[in-house]
Amino acid sequence: MAQLLSMLVEGASLGAVYALVALGIVVIYKSSSVVNFAQPSLLMFGTYVVASATSLHGLSFWVALPLGVAAAAILAVLIDRLLVSRFRKTNAVVAASIMTIGLDVVLLTETDRRIGSQILTTDDPWGNDVVRFLGIGVAEARIAALVVGALLLVLFQLWLHRSDFGVAMRATAEDPETASLMGIRLGRVSATAWAVAGALAVCAGLFIVAYPSPGLDTSVEAVALRALPAAIIGGLDSTTGAIAGGLMVGLSEVLVRGYGEHLAFLGQGFEEAAPYVLMLVVLLVRPAGLFGIREAVRV
Amino acid sequence: MFDKISGRIRWRAPVAVVAGVVLLAIPLYADRFWLNLGSFAFAAAIGAVGLMILVGRVGQLSLAHSFFLAVGAYGYIWLSSPGTEDSWGLGLPSLLAAVIAVTMAGLAGLAFSPLAGRLKGIYLGVASLALVFIGQHVLFAAEPLTGGYNGRNVPELTIGSFQVLGVEPELSLFGVPLRQAERGWYVTLLVLVLTTVFAVLVLRSRVGRAFAAIRDGEVHAAALGVPVARYRSVAFTLSSVYAGLAGVLLALLFQRVVPEYWDLFLSLEYLAMVVIGGQASVAGAIAGAAFVSSLPLLLQRYSDAVPGMGGAVSDFGPAYVAQILYGGLIVVILFYEPKGLAALATRARKALTPRRAVPAERTPAS
Repeated sequence: MAQLLSMLVEGASLGAVYALVALGIVVIYKSSSVVNFAQPSLLMFGTYVVASATSLHGLSFWVALPLGVAAAAILAVLIDRLLVSRFRKTNAVVAASIMTIGLDVVLLTETDRRIGSQILTTDDPWGNDVVRFLGIGVAEARIAALVVGALLLVLFQLWLHRSDFGVAMRATAEDPETASLMGIRLGRVSATAWAVAGALAVCAGLFIVAYPSPGLDTSVEAVALRALPAAIIGGLDSTTGAIAGGLMVGLSEVLVRGYGEHLAFLGQGFEEAAPYVLMLVVLLVRPAGLFGIREAVRV
Repeated sequence: MFDKISGRIRWRAPVAVVAGVVLLAIPLYADRFWLNLGSFAFAAAIGAVGLMILVGRVGQLSLAHSFFLAVGAYGYIWLSSPGTEDSWGLGLPSLLAAVIAVTMAGLAGLAFSPLAGRLKGIYLGVASLALVFIGQHVLFAAEPLTGGYNGRNVPELTIGSFQVLGVEPELSLFGVPLRQAERGWYVTLLVLVLTTVFAVLVLRSRVGRAFAAIRDGEVHAAALGVPVARYRSVAFTLSSVYAGLAGVLLALLFQRVVPEYWDLFLSLEYLAMVVIGGQASVAGAIAGAAFVSSLPLLLQRYSDAVPGMGGAVSDFGPAYVAQILYGGLIVVILFYEPKGLAALATRARKALTPRRAVPAERTPAS
C-alpha cells in the first residue's frame, strides 16, 4: 500500500511536469494550428542555459532561472515570428509542423554537442532531501514539482479563462478570421503563445533534471518527447486535456516501472514505451483524444 | 499543349538512356567505396519513395518508417536464419524469406490501418511515433530475435547455390570480376528501378488520383465518392511495404544489424530525404535519398580534408555536421522552396530548353 501511495505521488509529480510541456504544445496548436515538435529542444535549450549558468559560470539558481526562461521564451518567439508566421500566410500548417521537426534536430544536435558527456546540475533549492509522511519517503524535489506544477497549471488556466489575452486566444482558436475582424492581433496572440510555451518547457525541464535524476544530460530529450503523447492523449486542442494527458503519462510510466517485476514478460524498460502504448489505445477509442473536439464535416 | 508534351518526351528519352548506361557502367570503373555508397543510396531510395507516396501524395505524415524498415530487416533475419538454442530462426530459403519479410512489413502497416485511416496529417505523425518507441523496446528486449545490443548476423541471400550478393559463382563483365560490391550495386539498382516504375504506375492510376484528391481536400474527395479512410490505409500499407523492402536490402548490405540503428532518427532521415526531394516527386525522393544516405559516408571519408572537422576528437565530427545539415535543410527547403530538388530540376530544364515564342492568345491582356 505504501509502495502504491509513493508511486502515485511520484507519478502525479512527473505527470505535472509532462503537463507543463504538453500545455505548451496545446497553446501553440490552439493559437496557430501548428504542432510544435521542437518543444523538447526548447526544453533542452532553456534548461541547458540554466544548468550551464549555475554549474559552469557559478551563478546562483535564482539568477539563472529567469535567464533560462527568458532565453527559451525569446527563442520560441523568434521561431514563431521568423519561421512559422510565414507558413501561416499560406495556411501550410502541415509544412510548418514538419519544419519544426527539422528545427528540433538542429537545436538538439547543438545542445547535445555542448552538453557532450557531462552531467550538469542546476543547483536548485530543493536539494537531495527526502520528505517522510504517511509511511512513505518522497524526494523533496518531487513534491516541489507537484506543487509548483499545480500552481503554474492553475495560474495558466485562470489566465486563459479570465484575462483579455485568454479571451483573444480562445477566440483565435475558435475562428481566426472572425477573431482578426474583431480586432484581435493574431500575430501577437501566437507570439505570446510561443513565449509561454517556451517558458513552461524550461520550468518543466528544471524539475526533470532535479533529484533523484543525476542532472542534465542528453537523455533528457527522450523524456521531454513524452509530452507529445501526453498532448495527443488529452486532445491537441484542450488545455484540460493536456493536464489529464500529462498525469496519465506520468502515472503510467511510474506504475509500469514500479511493478516492473510483475510485467517482466513485457521486457525490461517497458516504462519508456508505456506512454506510447497508452496513446495508441486512447486514439483507437477516441481519435481526437480524451478532451479534444472532433471535427465534424458533412458531405 | 502538343508541343509541350512532345518536348518533354524528346528530352526524357535520351536523358534516361544516358543515365541508364552511366549507372550500368559505373561498377566497371568505380572502387568499393563508391559502389557501397551507391548500393546504400539505392536501398534507401526505395524506402524514400514509399514515404514520399504517403507524405507528398496523400498528405499524411509518418514518423514510423524506421519501424517498418526494422520489420523487413528482422523479418528476413528471423525467417532465413537457422534457429539455435538462444536465437530464433526458421531456416527458410532466403529468397522466400525476403518475400515473406516484405509481406510482413505490409501486414504490419495494414494492422495500423484503424489509426492510419482515421487520423489525418500531423495527428498521424505523432501517433506513428508510438510504433518507433514500441519497436525500439521490442528490438532491445527480444534478444533471441535481434541479438540485443550486440546485434545479429544477416544470412546471405542465395538462390540455389547462387550468392546474389556474394562471390560464388564467379561472374565477370568485360573482364571486371563481379564481387559483393558490384553485385550489390546491380541488385539494388534493379530493385529500385522496378519499384520506382511500380510507384509511378500506381500514382498515375485511379488510386494515385484518389491520393491526390485526399491531399488537396479531404471533404471534396469524400464528396466525389473517394473512400478517404480506405485510401489512407492503402497508402500507409503501400509505404510500409516499400519500407520493408528497403529494410531487407539494407540488412543484406550491412551483413550485421544492431537494434540501435532503427530509431527515431532514422525515421527523421527518411523524412529529410522526402522533404529535400520536394515531397511529391518520385525522382526528387530518389535524389534526396542519395544525398542523405551518402552524406555521412562522404563526410567520414573526407573529414580530414575539412579544417576543424578532422578526427574523432573534434566536437564537429561527421555525425554532427550531417545532423545539422538534414535538420537545417528541412527548415530551409520548406521555408524557401517546398518543391525541393524537384523544383531545381524543373528550373534547369526550363533554362536548358530553348525559348519558344509565346503564342499571342496566351499573353496577358493588359
